[in-house]
Amino acid sequence: MFHDLGEVLLLLARTFRALPHTVRQRRKVLEQLFEIGNASLLMACILSLFIGGVLALQTGPVMAERGLQSFIGQIVGLSMCRELAPVMMAVLIAGRIGSAMAAEIGSMRVYQEIDALRTMNINPVHYLVLPRVVAISIALPLLVVFSILVGWAGGALVAVTNYQIGISFHGYVKSLGNGIDVLDVVNGLLKSFGFAVTIGLVACHQGLSTVGGPRGIGRSVTKAVVNSIVMILLLDYVFTRLLMHLD
Amino acid sequence: MNATASQGVRLEVRQLAKSYNGQPVLQDLTFTVERGEIFVIMGPSGSGKTVLLKHLIGLETPDRGEILIEGQPVHSPETMNRHRVAMVFQSGALLNSLTVAENVGLYLTEHRLLPPAEIRRVVAEKLALVGLQGTEDRLPAELSGGMKKRVAIARALVIEPQLIFYDEPTSELDPLIAVTIGQEILRLNRRMGVTSVVVTHDRDLAFGIAHRIAVLHAGRFLALGTPAEVRAHPDPVLQQFLQADFRFEPEPVAP
Repeated sequence: MFHDLGEVLLLLARTFRALPHTVRQRRKVLEQLFEIGNASLLMACILSLFIGGVLALQTGPVMAERGLQSFIGQIVGLSMCRELAPVMMAVLIAGRIGSAMAAEIGSMRVYQEIDALRTMNINPVHYLVLPRVVAISIALPLLVVFSILVGWAGGALVAVTNYQIGISFHGYVKSLGNGIDVLDVVNGLLKSFGFAVTIGLVACHQGLSTVGGPRGIGRSVTKAVVNSIVMILLLDYVFTRLLMHLD
Repeated sequence: MNATASQGVRLEVRQLAKSYNGQPVLQDLTFTVERGEIFVIMGPSGSGKTVLLKHLIGLETPDRGEILIEGQPVHSPETMNRHRVAMVFQSGALLNSLTVAENVGLYLTEHRLLPPAEIRRVVAEKLALVGLQGTEDRLPAELSGGMKKRVAIARALVIEPQLIFYDEPTSELDPLIAVTIGQEILRLNRRMGVTSVVVTHDRDLAFGIAHRIAVLHAGRFLALGTPAEVRAHPDPVLQQFLQADFRFEPEPVAP
């Protein structure tokens, strides 16, 4: 595990050094962005709508009993911004995109395509890792913004239509506006950027270190997803502590 | 050998050794491939041919010994920047997500050596050289084994290599295509003076195209010399490898 972690950090350093090549790889970055959006937008929408809704449903009636229904917008808004949207979207992307990245690069490794790149003096970090890490680092924060907005909408839908909560749409939006600061959204975006870099690097590292045939590819995909999710949850705590200090 | 007009480079291997899990795979191999030479490394399966080739192209690091291209170590990035080296993989190793044209032009595109229109022209020219004109927009999955190998050769040609490695270029091919590939290797060598290292267990190909042959067995060279010298070599293992065929003794019929 520590060996893997060391190699991921090494890959991070190599990717960071390769950053000036991003402009040259912009076509691949755009292709990856399109793939990420295409594969995850609908899922992100469904997931966020229901998370926002469930959040309102769980908290709304209890708060309404105590006459605190005017805070529902604030609770849904803050939870989505600071915690649920970044973590849920990161887990979704680790499952849908991280696995695909590990499988694609792993199969390129098994079928000697990466060796072929090396013999042509093409650096696999520039050609394969950089565009993927850059694309996922752009896509995940954007998905999080989308998820926050849809989550708020889901919360509003339940808060307004549920008779136990009984708050107007205007009241919900007002509560949201009172409780949410731009910094809360920035907080979530900073977290999601960290998660995105982690998912991209873990997936690419697993792909690049694939050995064996199809079974090896399967192992890499599983490890990429599991390691990414574990890292996301660990980093979530670390980022939350750090951002609390900054607040 | 077309040594005078050669644009090829000299490859030198000194005391090369490699073990995996304590099992020696290559044992103190020393040889030189001269500029413009076709050097064939032959041997039975599992003799260490592909491992040797991976070391020669710099994909593996030896435990001991040196590999030099024009006197410079193959692992130095400067060597690979200074000399144009290409490899044709056994499977072709084409990038499956790219079309034939994108595969063949990949070196030029990634290193930004030519404008796109010029790359298209060069790609068409190299594909025509290997008899695959009109296949530019096809994906590798739509090609036969022989076509993949020829695309891989076209991709290597785009680099205008000074040193080219072939890993089992005729394996999995029917005899007609195998002969075409062999002729292609010879034609390139004569036309461009490129130094060629061919790894194969195809005896017909080896004796048909080689200037010199090295026979590898259990990580050591059993013989190294011209095709005539190798044929005349007295080693029994080598002779068994060279003379093995499908003619069996008729089984005695029960009375």
